[in-house]
Amino acid sequence: MTTMAEKGEHRYILNMGPQHPSTHGVLRVILEMEGEYVMDPQPVLGYGHRMHEKMAESRPWPNFLPNAARMDYLSALIYNHGYVGVVERLAGIEATPRAEYIRVITSELNRLQSHLLWLGVLVLDLGAFTPIMYTFEDREKILDILEDVTGSRLTYCYMRVGGVVRDIDDKFVERTREYISWQRSRMPMYDKLVTGNIIFRKRIEKIGEFNPDMARRYGLTGPVLRGTGIPYDIRRAEPYSVYPEFDFEIPTETTGDCMAAYLVRVREIEQSLRILEQALDKLPAGPAMAKVPKKLKLPAGDACYAVESPRGELVYHLTGDGSDTPYRMKIRVPSFSNLSLLPELCRGMLLSDLCACMGSLDLVIPEIDR
Amino acid sequence: MSTVMNTGFLPLELLRIIFALICAIVIVFGNAVVMGYLERKLAGRFQRRPGPMEVGWHGILQLAVDGVKLVGKQLIIPKQTDRVLYRLAPIISFAPAIMPMVVIPFAPKLQGRDFDIGLIFILAVVAINVLAILIAGWSSNNKYSLLGAMRSVAQNVAYEIPMLLTLLSVILVTGTFSLRGIVEAQSGGAWFIFFMPVAFLIFFAATLAETNRAPFDLPEAESELTAGFMTEFSGMGFSLFFMAEYTYMFIACSLTVILFLGGWSGPPLPYGEYTSALWFFAKVYALLLTMIWIRWTFPRVRFDQLLNFCWKYLVPFSLVHLLVTAVVLKL
Amino acid sequence: MKDYFALIFTGGKSLIVGMMITLRELFRPVVTVQYPREKLPLSPNYRGHTILIRDEEKPEKHRCISCKMCERECPSNCIDLAGEKREGVKGMVLIKYRLDFTKCSLCGTCVEVCPPNALDFSKVYQHVGFSREDFHYDLLAMVEEDK
Ligand code: SF4
Ligand code: SF4
Repeated sequence: MTTMAEKGEHRYILNMGPQHPSTHGVLRVILEMEGEYVMDPQPVLGYGHRMHEKMAESRPWPNFLPNAARMDYLSALIYNHGYVGVVERLAGIEATPRAEYIRVITSELNRLQSHLLWLGVLVLDLGAFTPIMYTFEDREKILDILEDVTGSRLTYCYMRVGGVVRDIDDKFVERTREYISWQRSRMPMYDKLVTGNIIFRKRIEKIGEFNPDMARRYGLTGPVLRGTGIPYDIRRAEPYSVYPEFDFEIPTETTGDCMAAYLVRVREIEQSLRILEQALDKLPAGPAMAKVPKKLKLPAGDACYAVESPRGELVYHLTGDGSDTPYRMKIRVPSFSNLSLLPELCRGMLLSDLCACMGSLDLVIPEIDR
Repeated sequence: MSTVMNTGFLPLELLRIIFALICAIVIVFGNAVVMGYLERKLAGRFQRRPGPMEVGWHGILQLAVDGVKLVGKQLIIPKQTDRVLYRLAPIISFAPAIMPMVVIPFAPKLQGRDFDIGLIFILAVVAINVLAILIAGWSSNNKYSLLGAMRSVAQNVAYEIPMLLTLLSVILVTGTFSLRGIVEAQSGGAWFIFFMPVAFLIFFAATLAETNRAPFDLPEAESELTAGFMTEFSGMGFSLFFMAEYTYMFIACSLTVILFLGGWSGPPLPYGEYTSALWFFAKVYALLLTMIWIRWTFPRVRFDQLLNFCWKYLVPFSLVHLLVTAVVLKL
Repeated sequence: MKDYFALIFTGGKSLIVGMMITLRELFRPVVTVQYPREKLPLSPNYRGHTILIRDEEKPEKHRCISCKMCERECPSNCIDLAGEKREGVKGMVLIKYRLDFTKCSLCGTCVEVCPPNALDFSKVYQHVGFSREDFHYDLLAMVEEDK
């Protein structure tokens, strides 16, 4: 058998994507198959390439604000946060304390909706149609809350250098609190319906196992990395905004398989709810927007700002040259590194497991392609 | 009596068969429409959606509209397909689905023809579907279709074994292959499900796999294989597969009802020789609804798990069950 | 052997638990609405395409002074406006304000920079058209029509 496989006589190419139900976007994976076994998966990127980095370098810096949301449409606010963060750090501007709290609150809501979507989609990839509708019911509540304050439902352009566009009001606080208790009451249901289900467990346990060494070689971050037992989360490792003021845990698992990534994410939902609760309690009064010079020029120099997106570490690196247009902008997106693990992770796997693996990596393709 | 009804050129028996065939076709189409509607409506309700709502009262005419749409669609035949086989596959799948209807005893007097080997006849005819799926997968010239077809064949062959083994347990008790005989053996509420619940569960699981229903719907696993063997079919070809699937589900549930749930037996009704078909249909649809319920709850199993489940759990259990039944009968 | 039976037991139980959950959801009310017939209330802060708002004091007029700030700041370059000098009128008169909504990213920059606060977001979310040109909105005509 192995000799035949080595000769590659029984191999054939299966083209998965760019339109395939479980690649979630325009990702194409060329699979070299042997029967149902995937011998060599090669991702092909670039179908959604829009030159975001180049766009940032060719126009005044405020013009990049709406772009940030278009890279990862599932965590637009966190991308907003990263971008305003890097500009603030380079220009030496401080956002008001209230604005920082609002940023954290909206970012965590954004993270929650991303995790909820992922939960539904992973189970959908494994063939269960119903849980995604339940997670969407929860997610709708977050989107309604965010729509009320940001004006949009998915591609938010809410944060500005120095603060946020619109202050939150008591109604927002009240609705968010309501949502927190609602989400808490829903989690036992998901535990029974999804986590406990024997078919689901058998489908993702011990699938796609990797170790911290592999994770280091590929620069993995986010829940996938925390699934191998490394408690690396930017919110703790390199605290930004007002995260140091909150008490929350970094959930980790040790097995490093799809189940570990799954459990980490589900437990992160609870941690995000905790952060939200504390942030709403501590929310300081004051303006939501700091005084920022009208025509802000970016000083010459470099600045880096890392935030924790739902998929991992997102880094903006901005170089200014004294004008209002960035000299260079580099964005390090988590999905890109996470995807590059795929060929090594999925070699010799069944086709069904490949779908499970891609689901648990939680890829957002426009973020990879930028 | 037959001499009275004999019209000279058409013997009564032939008339009966023709009438039974017409009824069978009506049941096939009626079942497809009802099941299609129920499946979509219940899927909606399970997911907290209303399901089809627009055409007719609560979307009751949705399936009729869909049928017209599918019939009116262009038949797309992809390049480099095996054209003859490609067109033949849906027909091969659908045609055998009608035949078992003739031998299913809906009520004491509602049965097209009672064979001594009715059970074997149904199993034999239904097995043709695998061939149709294989042909469909092969002729589409699409790797996804082919993968789906291969899965289907392996799955159907594997699950036939526990199915037949549990059948044997029942046959050991009744001593006949005639479907009517099996139903009559359970008269008076002595349904076999009460004596052999394990066999019922094994048989039901096996029918789920045989009819390619979730969680064993690997041949058309849409998140992996887009639509499996049906990927390239459109219009009428698709709708024939669709109807065939629902008909096979109906047949499988009918068999389960006949074998384990006492067929037509139930509280007596006026004109019971005909109307007790109501009990039969009630039981069949209860099982079909359970199938829908299962489908909209569980994820899909993986291919090796599917076979493992068969060889490691279903086959040993059904073997032990057969042994126990034989010993109990001998005592 | 013990594991074998334990797995059957726990597995079977988890399946039944799952089915009970979906059964419970089956009898709960639906959460979606039949969209074109029923509509959910729109958030007052919803961002539709931008519009020129009318002056509170002089309701027949919009407030735009044709300063071109919005045109300059728009990241997507989707605003095309022009003003002209007229006899007897102080300042510039807006004669053209075209918004290319196909490019607008609803970022809100124009609304924020406008010195006399002449712009606001509309609440329109149903946009249908047969060509790109159908989405080139003439905000000036809109505000005048609206009177
Ligand atoms: S909302 Fe943004 S993109 Fe749209 S017109 Fe205004 S400035 Fe331009
Ligand atoms: S910024 Fe305001 S006042 Fe200036 S041209 Fe635009 S809409 Fe008119």
